[in-house]
Amino acid sequence: MTPALDLVPIWTAILGVGVFFYVALDGFDLGVGMLYNFAPDRRARDFVMNSIAPIWDGNETWLILGSVGLFAAFPVAFAIIIPALYFPILLMLLALIFRGLAFEFRYRDAEHRTFWDHGFAVGSAIAALAQGVILGAFIEGFKVEGRQFAGTSFDCFTPFSIFTGVALMFGYGLLGAGWLVIKTEGTLQDWARALGRRCLIAVTLAVVVVSLWTPFIDAHIAARWFTWPNIGLLAPVPLITAGLVWYEWRSLNNRSEYAPFLAALGLFVMSYVGIAISLWPMIVPRHFTLEQAAASQSTQAFLLVGTLVLLPVILLYTGWSYWVFRGKVRSDIGYH
Amino acid sequence: MRLDPEFLSRLQFAWVIGWHILLPAFTVGLASFVAFLEGAFALTKRPVFLHLSQFWLKIFAISFGMGVVTGIVMPFQIGTNWSRFSDAAGNVISPLLAYEGLTAFFLEATFLGVLLFGRKLVPPSMHFVAAFLVAAGTLSSSFWILATNSWMQTPVGYEVIDGRYFPKDWFEIVFSPSFPYRLAHTVSAFYVTTAFVVLGVGAYTARRGQWPAEGRMMLRLALWFLAIFVPLQIVLGDLHGLDTLAHQPAKLAAIEGLWDGGRGVPASIIGWPDQTAERNVAELAIPRVGSLYLTHSWDGEVKGLKDFPADQRAPVAIVYFAFRIMVGIGLLMLAVVAAGFVLMARGRLNQTGWYLRLCQFTTCLGFIAVIAGWTTTEVGRQPWTIYGLMRTADSVSPSLTGSNVLTSLLFYVAVYLVIYPVGLSLMLRLVWRGPVPSDEAVPIGGGRPKSPIDALAAPTPEITA
Repeated sequence: MTPALDLVPIWTAILGVGVFFYVALDGFDLGVGMLYNFAPDRRARDFVMNSIAPIWDGNETWLILGSVGLFAAFPVAFAIIIPALYFPILLMLLALIFRGLAFEFRYRDAEHRTFWDHGFAVGSAIAALAQGVILGAFIEGFKVEGRQFAGTSFDCFTPFSIFTGVALMFGYGLLGAGWLVIKTEGTLQDWARALGRRCLIAVTLAVVVVSLWTPFIDAHIAARWFTWPNIGLLAPVPLITAGLVWYEWRSLNNRSEYAPFLAALGLFVMSYVGIAISLWPMIVPRHFTLEQAAASQSTQAFLLVGTLVLLPVILLYTGWSYWVFRGKVRSDIGYH
Repeated sequence: MRLDPEFLSRLQFAWVIGWHILLPAFTVGLASFVAFLEGAFALTKRPVFLHLSQFWLKIFAISFGMGVVTGIVMPFQIGTNWSRFSDAAGNVISPLLAYEGLTAFFLEATFLGVLLFGRKLVPPSMHFVAAFLVAAGTLSSSFWILATNSWMQTPVGYEVIDGRYFPKDWFEIVFSPSFPYRLAHTVSAFYVTTAFVVLGVGAYTARRGQWPAEGRMMLRLALWFLAIFVPLQIVLGDLHGLDTLAHQPAKLAAIEGLWDGGRGVPASIIGWPDQTAERNVAELAIPRVGSLYLTHSWDGEVKGLKDFPADQRAPVAIVYFAFRIMVGIGLLMLAVVAAGFVLMARGRLNQTGWYLRLCQFTTCLGFIAVIAGWTTTEVGRQPWTIYGLMRTADSVSPSLTGSNVLTSLLFYVAVYLVIYPVGLSLMLRLVWRGPVPSDEAVPIGGGRPKSPIDALAAPTPEITA
């Protein structure tokens, strides 16, 4: 244990990447789950579900890594943020239960297929909404006394957090549509593109509204973005975002197969970066910085040793499983 | 009546962990069983192993899926309801939980896909490797989560700074005094639980007579396995108990229902522990035998409940009865296995109708014993979250009101009462359909809608090349 080496930046990076992996990976399959509701018929629904069936479980595992990673790297942040989000987390967990079980249950329980269809779509939607509320409440910050959350369990429901909740539903919908463009073809792909365009319009509005709303939440955030020279240095963030919106719109309308998904991912990266810029260096906004909330040096070091070995291995076999399942969900097999 | 957030949070934790633990109790053993069947098929090429593997994999898929979604609930419980414990103990226990995710969950989730659909996509050896890795994942998960729990039971290797716990020696923390016994006793319990399910399903299959080879194989495999593991489990349980005597004497006194400690203490067989009167009502006890099996000496010294302040005693009756249910089931299991072994040795196992019916009834024994054992160890730890150091009452999230927790508890109750009956009925339906030999070209069930995973199996044939 050498105090000379500061591990906090490394853990910030690992946790930041881990949470982004969750948002990107479970984001697209939650999005697919929501779009599932609008699929024209049973056959199309089968295709839509098949497109994520083999990988959703691995995607959701990043949620566990994100939560226990926060616990391990910044325990006091975990102890404040998680109870403050009591009801959104409850809703998210229950929604994820229904949605996760729908995969197996829908096929084994033919008499109640409609119920599990709704479980899958509504579960995905509620999970996305709850995660958006969590994000909004996190940006707004929590009431803290000492090392504990001091507000009530309903503080997290505000106009802003509900707005970010709905916004994230459209964001995940856009990612899901991009994924379906990759995995399907023909009329089903056209359907995914059409839904993607609607989601993009909503996402664009939401990004603009959140960007204008956030500075009003906290004077520090306003100062960070709108003082010189920051305003110049940070100008690329909104500019690149605008470019990505244009590119996403274009690729949803031409025949690009991968571009809609990649551009949607790009929009998520930019939004993520934007939030990080607003909140840096806080992990519990206005109360604890990353350094202040960090676990003991020994805790960070003990976990880092294994993580540096295990995480690349996990990425390797996760990548391998995506490779095994690459290509279109084909129409000549499956359900008749 | 005022709603108490601490009591309701404990009730909620008991509810979600109680239902969740039934699934690892089954899937840890089943994953190893499937890996064994896959390995046996790869070595012998006997179709019976393939049919059984395919049959149990379908059941595994349902139970594992339920285990995943109810398992995700667990780490969040620690944060939502026990935030003061999270803050105090985070530096010590959080890496153990993180290692569980890193070494187990990703492995299981990813290779389960290969295991379920990949028989045509990957070479047979790779398919066995996938089965092996899923099983290894379940065992790794058991290792880390039980290391976490054991530290809470028998904390060592820490230092206290400002009322919070910090790591001093990671080896001591991971391998805390109760850990080796708890790990061995729990994993062995999970294996025995699964084996009793295989025994029961084997008996049912054998009685139907439609798939005699499969039914016979399940019965024989389960009985051979249980003949080793049930006695072993009883020995491991005894060792675990002796470890508890050394490190958690107040818990042991509650288990024994022993109020007055001293030399040559009696063994309480059955009675009603009265917490306020500090004695057992209507008790049947054998003098001095308690000391004999606890200290292996007729006049060994054992501490009683009265040696501890009243506010440091667990709810005695719950611990006392849970322990007796567990031990009673252990003895019942031993009898069932012994009878089966005699019948097997005489070559009359498949013709003895009463015994096969008995085995069907004993299918659920392991689950009851696991719940009883878990209740013994967890309620026995009370009133502490970290034994002897941090009280449960000081662990609960300060922001929660009683009605908050009541609301969430009711949601969990409602949802679990939907998903568990449905999951159970779907698994029973698979048992009822039997180990139908499936054509490899049509992986699961011809004519029925295929599971989503099978539907995707075909588009990438180049993998097989």
